[in-house]
Amino acid sequence: MNFRAEIDIMPHKELLDPQGKAVAHGLHNLSFDGVQDVRVGRHISIKLSAKDKSEATQQVEDACKKLLANAIMEGYSFELIEE
Amino acid sequence: MKFGVVVFPGSNCDRDMVHVLKNVMGCEVRTIFHKETSLEGFSRLDCIILPGGFSYGDYLRTGAIARFSPIMEAVIEFANNGGRVFGICNGFQILCEAGLLPGALLRNTNMKYNCKNVFLKPQTKESQLTRFVDTNKALKIPIAHGDGRYYCDADTLKTLQKNDQILFRYCDANGKITETANPNGSIENIAGICNVGRNVFGMMPHPERASELDLGNTDGRILFESLINKVLETA
Repeated sequence: MNFRAEIDIMPHKELLDPQGKAVAHGLHNLSFDGVQDVRVGRHISIKLSAKDKSEATQQVEDACKKLLANAIMEGYSFELIEE
Repeated sequence: MKFGVVVFPGSNCDRDMVHVLKNVMGCEVRTIFHKETSLEGFSRLDCIILPGGFSYGDYLRTGAIARFSPIMEAVIEFANNGGRVFGICNGFQILCEAGLLPGALLRNTNMKYNCKNVFLKPQTKESQLTRFVDTNKALKIPIAHGDGRYYCDADTLKTLQKNDQILFRYCDANGKITETANPNGSIENIAGICNVGRNVFGMMPHPERASELDLGNTDGRILFESLINKVLETA
C-alpha cells in the first residue's frame, strides 16, 4: 500500500522562536494589526509504501524520532493519507 | 598523540584546524573523510576534531544529517571508549545531534549571523581542554554562527552545573558574565560544555582562528596546549 505522510514540526511552545517573531514584526509593518503571535515550523511531505496503515504509522513515527524532529527543541504531528 | 580532523561535505574550518595543529602546535594530523567507516590507527591518547562549517548545507537542522555520516558511528564508539572528541561550531552542533553532548543549538535570538570577537570566561580547569586556562581571565575568541543559542531543559542544566560540565560562558572584556555579553541568547551564557565522562568537548567560538600572532590573537592557543598537555615556548 502507498501512503503520503504530511508532517508538521514546530518549535516547543516554551522556546523563543526568533523567526516567528521576525515574521510577526513584518506582518505588523504591513498593517495586519490583529496578528498576535507567529510561530514558524517546518512541513515535510513523505511518500512511502508499507503493508498496512499501522506499519506506515510506525515508519513515520520512527523517522520523526530518529531524524526529522529533535525532541529537545521541537515537537511533531502528522497525518497519514492512503494513496 | 595525534589528531584526526573529520571533513564533512560543507565543512569549512577543517583546513584552518589542520594548519594550527600541524604548523603552530607541531602535532601529527590526519584528515578523515566523512565516508570513512573506521578510526583505525587512532588510540585513546588521540583526539578527533569535528570542525566548523555548514555540513550538508545546514539542511533540516544544523548537524542533523552529518550526525548520520558513515564516520560518525566510529566517532561515537571512539568517544564511548574514552577517546577525546572536540567539536567546534558546526562540530558542536553535530555532537549535540549525535547525543554525545546534551542539549541543542538553536537560532540566535537576534536572527543574525554573528561574526565577531567575543569574550569567554573559562568556568573550570577540570578538563583536558581547559587545564591550563586562568579561570579569572577572559579569553578573546571569535564566533561565526547563526545557530549558536545553547539550550537544554532545566534538569539537564542542573546536571551540567552539578557535574562541572560548563566549560565556557560568554562574558565582557572584564570577565563579567552579563546579558549584554551574550551574543546569541544561550541559556546561562553557555558557550561550551563537556560530557559527564569529560572526554567530549563542544564550543561555538573558534579557537583555531585565534592561535597565531600573525592573526593578531593567540588567546585560543591555550585550549590546544591543554589538549596536548604542553605549553608552547614562544609567545
